[in-house]
Amino acid sequence: MSGVAQNNRAKLARMAHQIADFFRAYPQDEASRAIADHINHFWTPRMRADFLAGPAPDDPLLKGAAPLIKPGRADRAPA
Amino acid sequence: MRAGFIAEVDHGTPIRAGDEQVTLTIDGVETTAPAGTSVMAAAMMLGARIPRLCATETLEPFGSCRLCLVEIEGRKGTPASCTTPVEAGMVVRTQTERLAKLRRGVMELYISDHPLDCLTCAANGDCELQDMAGAVGLRDVRYGSSGANHLADAKDLSNPYFAYDPAKCIVCYRCVRACEDIQGTFALTVAGRGFDSRIAAGATDFLNSECVSCGACVQACPTATLIEKSVIRQGQPTRSVVTTCAYCGVGCSFKAEMQGDRVVRMAPYRHGAANEGHSCVKGRFAWGYATHEDRIRTPLVREKITDPWREATWDEAIARVAADFSRIQAQYGRDSIGAITSSRCTNEEVFLIQKLVRAAFGNNNVDTCARVCHSPTGYGLKTTFGTSAGTQDFKSVDKADVVVVIGANPTDGHPVFASRLKKRLRAGAKLIVIDPRRIDLVKSPHVRAAHHLQLRPGTNVAALNALAHVIVTEGLVNEAYVRERCDTAEFESWARFVALERNSPEQSEQFTGLRAADVRAAARLYATGGAGAIYYGLGVTEHSQGSTTVMAIANLAMATGNIGREGVGVNPLRGQNNVQGSCDMGSFPHEFSGYRHVSDDAARDMFEKMWGVTLDDEPGLRIPNMLDEAVENRFKGLFVQGEDIAQSDPDTQHVTAGLAAMECVVVLDLFLNETAKYAHVFLPGSSFLEKDGTFTNAERRINRVRQVMAPLAGKAEWQATIDLARALGYEMNYAHPSEIMDEIAALTPTFAGVSYDKLDALGSVQWPCNAAAPEGTPTMHVERFVRGKGQFMITEYTPTEERTGPRFPLILTTGRILSQYNVGAQTRRTANGAWHDEDVLEIHPFDAEERGVRTGDLVALASRSGEISLRAVISERMQPGVVYTTFHHPATGANVVTTDYSDWATNCPEYKVTAVQVRRTNQYSDWQERNREEDVSLRRMAREEGAWNDMAAAK
Repeated sequence: MSGVAQNNRAKLARMAHQIADFFRAYPQDEASRAIADHINHFWTPRMRADFLAGPAPDDPLLKGAAPLIKPGRADRAPA
Repeated sequence: MRAGFIAEVDHGTPIRAGDEQVTLTIDGVETTAPAGTSVMAAAMMLGARIPRLCATETLEPFGSCRLCLVEIEGRKGTPASCTTPVEAGMVVRTQTERLAKLRRGVMELYISDHPLDCLTCAANGDCELQDMAGAVGLRDVRYGSSGANHLADAKDLSNPYFAYDPAKCIVCYRCVRACEDIQGTFALTVAGRGFDSRIAAGATDFLNSECVSCGACVQACPTATLIEKSVIRQGQPTRSVVTTCAYCGVGCSFKAEMQGDRVVRMAPYRHGAANEGHSCVKGRFAWGYATHEDRIRTPLVREKITDPWREATWDEAIARVAADFSRIQAQYGRDSIGAITSSRCTNEEVFLIQKLVRAAFGNNNVDTCARVCHSPTGYGLKTTFGTSAGTQDFKSVDKADVVVVIGANPTDGHPVFASRLKKRLRAGAKLIVIDPRRIDLVKSPHVRAAHHLQLRPGTNVAALNALAHVIVTEGLVNEAYVRERCDTAEFESWARFVALERNSPEQSEQFTGLRAADVRAAARLYATGGAGAIYYGLGVTEHSQGSTTVMAIANLAMATGNIGREGVGVNPLRGQNNVQGSCDMGSFPHEFSGYRHVSDDAARDMFEKMWGVTLDDEPGLRIPNMLDEAVENRFKGLFVQGEDIAQSDPDTQHVTAGLAAMECVVVLDLFLNETAKYAHVFLPGSSFLEKDGTFTNAERRINRVRQVMAPLAGKAEWQATIDLARALGYEMNYAHPSEIMDEIAALTPTFAGVSYDKLDALGSVQWPCNAAAPEGTPTMHVERFVRGKGQFMITEYTPTEERTGPRFPLILTTGRILSQYNVGAQTRRTANGAWHDEDVLEIHPFDAEERGVRTGDLVALASRSGEISLRAVISERMQPGVVYTTFHHPATGANVVTTDYSDWATNCPEYKVTAVQVRRTNQYSDWQERNREEDVSLRRMAREEGAWNDMAAAK
């Protein structure tokens, strides 16, 4: 079926797992840092907040990355 | 030379490159020329034009017309100057009574079998035969017209763009040689012998022949034998302007040849560095869309997408957008709106849109269509080499010994580069093709790949790791290069990784389907065959491991020392004319122009000072994230510049659900495209013929785009952006696009030396262009990588989550073909439909037989995302288990079937792997039926009197 009914949070979790899969070839500490760096580098604050608000990841690399992911921020008013 | 025309001197034969100079005397004048240059060209360098017909500078000398005879002291006879190379001390006479008599005799024979209709001939004023008759002083033809001749030979008008009139042919072979030497298709030949010799496109007419309509034969023809139908219709142009093609990423330079503001023809420009006088069917001929009746020339507005469109003034439309965007931000937050820039627009237009977003919207929600094509190139090459671009110029391939083409189909997607590549291959370079399909390069006239690694879709990383395994374990690494140029600790980690048995060709065969022996042989060839160059396309990037694949390619090139000089390199073949430029200009939500992250305080500070606003230091939304947020009702306003995401982006129903959930969608485009069905405001854009600016091609070459006609909508796109910024309360001030480039140069270190004056003086420059490289940089990473040491990355193969199974046992890959371009908005509005008027499904005979499918049958193509119906074509280009289609026609809806799986690093969609099933059917899918209805219901126009105008019905 189309992605219309997709749960955004589940999608973010899938994306995080994909990132973890790439860095899995590296030592665990280095991998967790790299995963967090990647997410901080490319995900918006809201995406990060949604991901962090989701179920705690089972993946040890994501577990290690989660504390290093910058928190989101409140919705901003127009400039 | 006609006034207003750009002068291109034709020396008759190529000027040879080389340091050795030869001194000789021509007509009493001592001169020097490079060794190997012909007497004809040396004379032309002096300004002495020797009469000729079969010679032209773009072709090797042929020596058939016998018009260019000269006298050389100490030599018997009258040798042809085109085939006689200069020699030291040579004394040449080009004009004597004896030569004049001989030339008149030759011309007399030509004219005796040529219609004397110069005054009504389409080439009148632009005919070399006519010129030569004048040059040799032909005054009489003694042979009469009663003898045998070809004057009544039938014309071939089958090609939509050019005519072949054999009655005017002098059989100089220039067309045949152009087809062979320049284009490399070998579609033309000379049939018959002696008097019966005639140009033939095989045993059929031009349209049905192997001819690819590149126009090289037309360009080479010295008479009206092969001539553009537009010239026959309109007459000779009166002025010309050099500009840049707006199709693929090759970025060919053309002379737009005009009558007033009306294009007569687009002639490839010989001094254009990307194409050097060559062209393809799209750039050369498919420009009629620019003035097509479907062009929207007035802004349109409507309250709801189910309302009919109503014409508006620019002021009204801009005010409406500003009011809606302001309201949405006030209601849903500053981050609830964004924009998509277009790789079809100029650098200057794109730069302004991203500035609009960052400075006036106050967020970083700007992305570009490179998201869905080459974003993994940006990530992968920046990570490994330090910059997000290919390493070479196109000319570099002339020095390659081994060429690897991965996931690209250059003869269809980048035809002018393909011609250059094929020329090199004919000269002896070896070719390795890595592609699930048997693309034309695998076996075409005088080109045969040494290896075709026909892997299963989705296994690029496994295949590249296997190649690397062979290079590392067989001791083929260029250790001196790696030691000097790369991070050795990272190299060692990588080498240990690829040496693991699981990466061996024997082990990876289970994933790739490739015979281990073939992989080993290909690896040895690439590593030991001399200068190795890799060219790749979207078959690399549009995967869940697209970025990993780019890095695996970079690893291979570094390990073998194939970066940093001519003939080698890693070269992404960019899909659209300005993909490179749109990325360079800061279109990605995490980067300013020049690929500096928004969290980089020094870079942000520079922009804030120049723009006078505080900028967000957090990345914004990418296109797929925008749509996801829209479906969640958190992203409500979108400005779409020259892009058609409802047709081009994956999982169409998700895209349209996102668009439909927004409260203000603004589309700036030439036509009411699929995305415009979901728009509330339509702003009419400009074609490349109406633009002033620059495009940056796949080789980082910044080319000028010059306006040849005024914007049909009465306003240039950059002016519309300024108006919108002002309406939103942010002041922008530019009087001309050159001023936007000045700002780009001031803010972007790699563009610091770029200006319109420099581009006009040099023709083009390749970035980086700055104080360190004032005339640009043809080859990157020459002495060191941009990032310092080259970085090897470990590239573990992870199979895509998109799996085949009982319900969906086949893999669909998608792509494009020669005659159509992406969503087809341009090419579908030209005569290119003669070659391709619908998307078809290519299917292997085995899979077809299993399903009872024959060529021409309507078949249903279904995936987890959706279903469409289209015609099948049985093709052995496919491997069993893999089917292929294009996405050029909106009625087909190929992206209804593709999924939302994407690259792990960039979210580039996985267009190349979709699990599908195919079955015969007798009906179109529900989506297609609904789409057909919406073509009418969502595109209605309100007439002034208030009646509905059903546009589709009117057509």
